[in-house]
Amino acid sequence: MLEKLDQIFVLLLHWIVGFLPAFLRPATSVVLCVVTIVCVFPALFAICVLLERKGLGRIQNRFGPNRVGPFGVLQPLADGVKSLTKEDIVPLSADSVVHFLAPVVLVVAAFLGFAVLPMGRNMVLVDMDCSLLFYFAIGASTELSVFMAGWSSRNKYSLLGAMRAVAQMISYEVPLLMSSVVVVMMTGSLSLVKIVEVQNQYTYGLPHWYIFTPWGFAAFVLYAIAGTAETNRSPFDLPEGESELVAGYFTEYSGFKFALFFLGEYLAMLSISGLGATLFLGGWSAPFQFLSWVPSWIWFFGKMMMSIAVFIWMRGTLPRLRQDQLMNFAWKFVLPLTLTNLFVAAVWRFMGEGWPRWVVCSAIVITIYTLMCQAGMRRKHLGPRTYRYAE
Amino acid sequence: MNLAFLFISALTVAGGVAAVALKNTVHCALALTIAFAGLALLFLDLGAQFAGFAQILVYIGAVAILVVFAILLTRGSETPKDGVYSKRWPAGLVIAAAVFAVLGWAILQTAPRLGQDSPAPSVSVVQIGQALMTRYVLPLEIIAVLLTAALIGAVIVAMHEHGRHEKEEVK
Repeated sequence: MLEKLDQIFVLLLHWIVGFLPAFLRPATSVVLCVVTIVCVFPALFAICVLLERKGLGRIQNRFGPNRVGPFGVLQPLADGVKSLTKEDIVPLSADSVVHFLAPVVLVVAAFLGFAVLPMGRNMVLVDMDCSLLFYFAIGASTELSVFMAGWSSRNKYSLLGAMRAVAQMISYEVPLLMSSVVVVMMTGSLSLVKIVEVQNQYTYGLPHWYIFTPWGFAAFVLYAIAGTAETNRSPFDLPEGESELVAGYFTEYSGFKFALFFLGEYLAMLSISGLGATLFLGGWSAPFQFLSWVPSWIWFFGKMMMSIAVFIWMRGTLPRLRQDQLMNFAWKFVLPLTLTNLFVAAVWRFMGEGWPRWVVCSAIVITIYTLMCQAGMRRKHLGPRTYRYAE
Repeated sequence: MNLAFLFISALTVAGGVAAVALKNTVHCALALTIAFAGLALLFLDLGAQFAGFAQILVYIGAVAILVVFAILLTRGSETPKDGVYSKRWPAGLVIAAAVFAVLGWAILQTAPRLGQDSPAPSVSVVQIGQALMTRYVLPLEIIAVLLTAALIGAVIVAMHEHGRHEKEEVK
């Protein structure tokens, strides 16, 4: 029974496809999977937007949306209707073809990333040899759509926002890739399915997730930082800094095209969370062995939504970085740490089983981190934080 | 010569032609991106997954962005109405023809050695990685050193200008 619940979507697919003649089956099953992805993730996007507005409201000591439906839960529907019925305004001097293509390219690229994420046991659309490489290749092409949007609008705010966004995405793509390479080194495969399978083992009822190793923990933190910057989320949301650039690269978009940008941003967030869960948090595997009867897809989507909650929490808590801080942080702090982490992973690999490698690797990670922080503090002439209270 | 190949090659050639023929420089860069994407699809069509995705990652994710950035940061996005045709285009044509001739000659030389009906090799990513780390480790290292040198060179060029500006400000 529980096994059936675990495989319910796979069984459902086989059941539907079973009604068709044999030569139609492969094509139909692919189409059905794609349609499911294209429906499920926008639904999650609606939930995320509502959660975000509610959560930010809580953090900022206000109610958030509470007019549409009970507790404002129908707000996403109202937003959808609004964006569909609004007039689509294209500036007169804008490059209309590129202006139209930019949101389309962004959303298509954002959806393609989900094709390789294993969302449960046997639940992956395309299981290929180098799915991680595919994910990053597709992610890299979203930068071009951001540039297309900013350039084609013929607006200085848009162009500045696009330049900022592209510079930021390129800078943080390097640590993003480097922190994931560690996982590939350990697994010996670029296939995400294989990566999850390796992590789905237990010792004393505890999982073999990569986050529970010194190099894995460091890589996960670096991945989270780079992933936040890659999706242009606060505190790295300079490209759309409202107080400086109106809305950044999508200033000149209205109506449904604006909604597409919004959708693309949240899809990128969801997929980068999903990839983080797959690489470091064991994908669809349960956190304890005695919990492995819970269907695998619940774990995957649970981990994904947990990351979204952290994203919202960070947005409500942290102030925005300055442009020079952003770049210095990427190239002088995150990138050297990812490079040392590669070294740590190699040490871990060649020291073999046993407790010494835990000690050595943790020591290297902690030492490098402390030294770099101290050097940074000294360069900025920063001492311990002091507080002055009104008397 | 299946349908997918015809479609992809038409896309690639169209992108390449548009990159040369369009008047706006940014449009040319975007058309070039289409050609890159078509090339990546050709690799995928041939079953070379690693090469295809690396092509997308490097050429669309980095080279196209670099081209676009260079256009915007050097001359602005405004292009003259009559386009940006160079007067020395015959020289470019000759160079392109020479490169094409060399590549074509190399491919024609290897074709008879392989034979017409030899099966297509299937290469996994693991094999590529092992080959890069064992047999081709020296070229890999040389390229790594070259790229690092280029990176440091770029930083030094940028730093030098920055220092000069500061000195001028002090004066």
